[in-house]
Amino acid sequence: MSEEVKALESMIGEEYKYGFTTDVEYEDFPKGISEEIVRELSKRKNEPEWMTDFRVKAYHAWKEMEEPTWFNATYKKPDYENLLYYSAPKKKPQLDSMDDVDPNIRETYEKLGIPLEEQKMLAGVAVDAVFDSVSVFTSFKEKLAEAGVIFCSMSEAIQDHPELVKKYMASVVPVRDNYFSALNSAVFSDGSFCYIPKNTKCPMELSTYFRINNMESGQFERTLIVAEEGSSVSYLEGCTAPMYDENQLHAAVVELVALDNADIKYSTIQNWYSGDENGKGGIYNFVTKRGICKGRNSKISWTQLETGSAVTLKYPSVILQGDNSIGEFYSVAVTTKMQQADTGTKMIHLGKNTKSTIISKGISAGRSQNSYRGEVKIGKKAHGSKNYSVCDSMLIGQECGAHTFPYISSENPSSSVEHEATTSRVGEEQIFYLMQRGISEQDAISMIINGFVKDVLKELPLEFAVEANKLLDVKLEGSVG
Amino acid sequence: MLEIKNLHAVVEGEDIEILKGVNLKVNAGEIHAIMGPNGSGKSTLSKVVSGHPEYEVTEGEILFNGEDITELDADERAHLGLFLAFQYPVEVPGITNRTLLREAYNTIARANDREELDPLEFEDYIESKLDVIDMKDEFLNRSINTGFSGGEKKKNEIFQMAVLNPVLSFLDETDSGLDIDALKVVSDGVNKIANDENAIVMITHYQRLLNYIKPDFVHVMMDGKIIKSGDISLAEELEANGYDKMEKELALNGEAQ
Repeated sequence: MSEEVKALESMIGEEYKYGFTTDVEYEDFPKGISEEIVRELSKRKNEPEWMTDFRVKAYHAWKEMEEPTWFNATYKKPDYENLLYYSAPKKKPQLDSMDDVDPNIRETYEKLGIPLEEQKMLAGVAVDAVFDSVSVFTSFKEKLAEAGVIFCSMSEAIQDHPELVKKYMASVVPVRDNYFSALNSAVFSDGSFCYIPKNTKCPMELSTYFRINNMESGQFERTLIVAEEGSSVSYLEGCTAPMYDENQLHAAVVELVALDNADIKYSTIQNWYSGDENGKGGIYNFVTKRGICKGRNSKISWTQLETGSAVTLKYPSVILQGDNSIGEFYSVAVTTKMQQADTGTKMIHLGKNTKSTIISKGISAGRSQNSYRGEVKIGKKAHGSKNYSVCDSMLIGQECGAHTFPYISSENPSSSVEHEATTSRVGEEQIFYLMQRGISEQDAISMIINGFVKDVLKELPLEFAVEANKLLDVKLEGSVG
Repeated sequence: MLEIKNLHAVVEGEDIEILKGVNLKVNAGEIHAIMGPNGSGKSTLSKVVSGHPEYEVTEGEILFNGEDITELDADERAHLGLFLAFQYPVEVPGITNRTLLREAYNTIARANDREELDPLEFEDYIESKLDVIDMKDEFLNRSINTGFSGGEKKKNEIFQMAVLNPVLSFLDETDSGLDIDALKVVSDGVNKIANDENAIVMITHYQRLLNYIKPDFVHVMMDGKIIKSGDISLAEELEANGYDKMEKELALNGEAQ
């Protein structure tokens, strides 16, 4: 890790100092949703008229839509009239040292191997000003600006780059795509906007940056990444530390656009609060993520490690429109306790010689339900296209479930689709075998799990791969036996 | 080294007794063979001794170098130098043989206050053991038993035994499913590992294995007990007459053991 990144990682507490200026004036925002509320929200965010119109139209579209129920999960529907659709990020209590942090949380950080400085940031502990944080932050931004990369919040982008936002927002995930995308379009809070100009390799992984700045991503996040011709970018959202949020419903929309020869790698580590042993509490994570390989030879790669949330409905997809474009989906979804995950991908092949790879690993433990749902569609004109899918499930214990729902359709005889699926159980025999060789039970389980997910985790940016492994260990600790 | 006294065991949570009072004594430098028909409890004996959680000891004790190990977990028994070559070696995808063996070797070293080997030292060490079982080093890079043929799995067990250098090894039907060439390689390996300090207990159906690995003692197990012990001639007798005849003879004589 470079000095700069280290410095940046120590840049803790800045969100409080420099982040948001006023709390009080937002507190009186009314609950519920209506055209007036959507207009008021837009007004408070000081948005231009076209954005307000976009939101209002989306709101009316949403009003006409039905909440979907086709997935393999049951939950109590959110009371949309009782949600608060606008709130300023709250100040977290500032603690003096790590000693003041809940020992359980500290233990988790240590197990995950999160660097101390970063632990402090996550826990909201004040940090010695060893580095001049402002200058680090500035140099980070300067470096991106030098390369011509625009990287800012969606709110800023709406003010500063309206032409780009207008052109691309909702171009990949239309407002009416689904119930939650419509809701998000009406009331999205904020998110990231990223624009990589022609022939530019983004000078840094946006993971680290994001890691520092994603603490207040909000309930209805909206992210848009556009990679111009010949550009490339790697982006990581989330972190391994458990994230708590009092908002139960999270309905984000993420759109990726890759033009000719462009390359976007999007990685997610999701560890939202998943509820207790009996399924009480926990986040509903209903996200719409989609990328379009618009240009020739373009590539979009999704990698996700999903371990949190009470209910996850998520299908990061790729539309392979440009000839020779490539779509990839690497996923590890872990469910424990009473968690329910219905996740997978869609690969829509439209251009010639398009290729997609799907590697999905589901791990179910406790009384959880873990479903893979994947669609591979080869269009009429997608000559010579190929898909390869592997979908493996692992069960831990007797009370959990794993399900696979593949949907495959091909309208082009020169294309091929391959699908492999396995289900295995972490059995006493495997654990006994490793223990007989001298390895402890916990290490044995961890070895079995890590072996199972290796093909996916190696796709994560290196600095997160190790943490991701540990996250799995922590998450599945005590699930067996 | 190993002393099993009046060992009774059941499948955890069930009433059916599988071991019904086994007695066995094994000293350093000895090779034992336990023979018996299907369902006689010989594989169960090896699992109970190595601490398989599926079984529960209801009576008797297992002494290993004087220490009662009946209550120890499988990994703790392995740390004492107990090894089981599995009848059906288990597949663990995504973890290489090398990784498993380095973890295992160092965990055992740590438990015994011996020095651990760093990856480079371990590489030299493990390479030196490949010859024992005539193995190519690409074998080390393969996931544990994943996609191995039956013969390769059995060879891998003996290879692991060579690397971990146990004090006492149970070989549970290591000969089953091996063709004659593989049987020779595996037997050669076991003979190379055997020395005055360690001991080996082979469990087998057939006398065939004993042509390659010469046991000092042969035991016949039936219905959860060792009913007869002797030298190699006992195996020959069994091969000639079968288990049935021996059982009948013993019943006539009223001989328990």
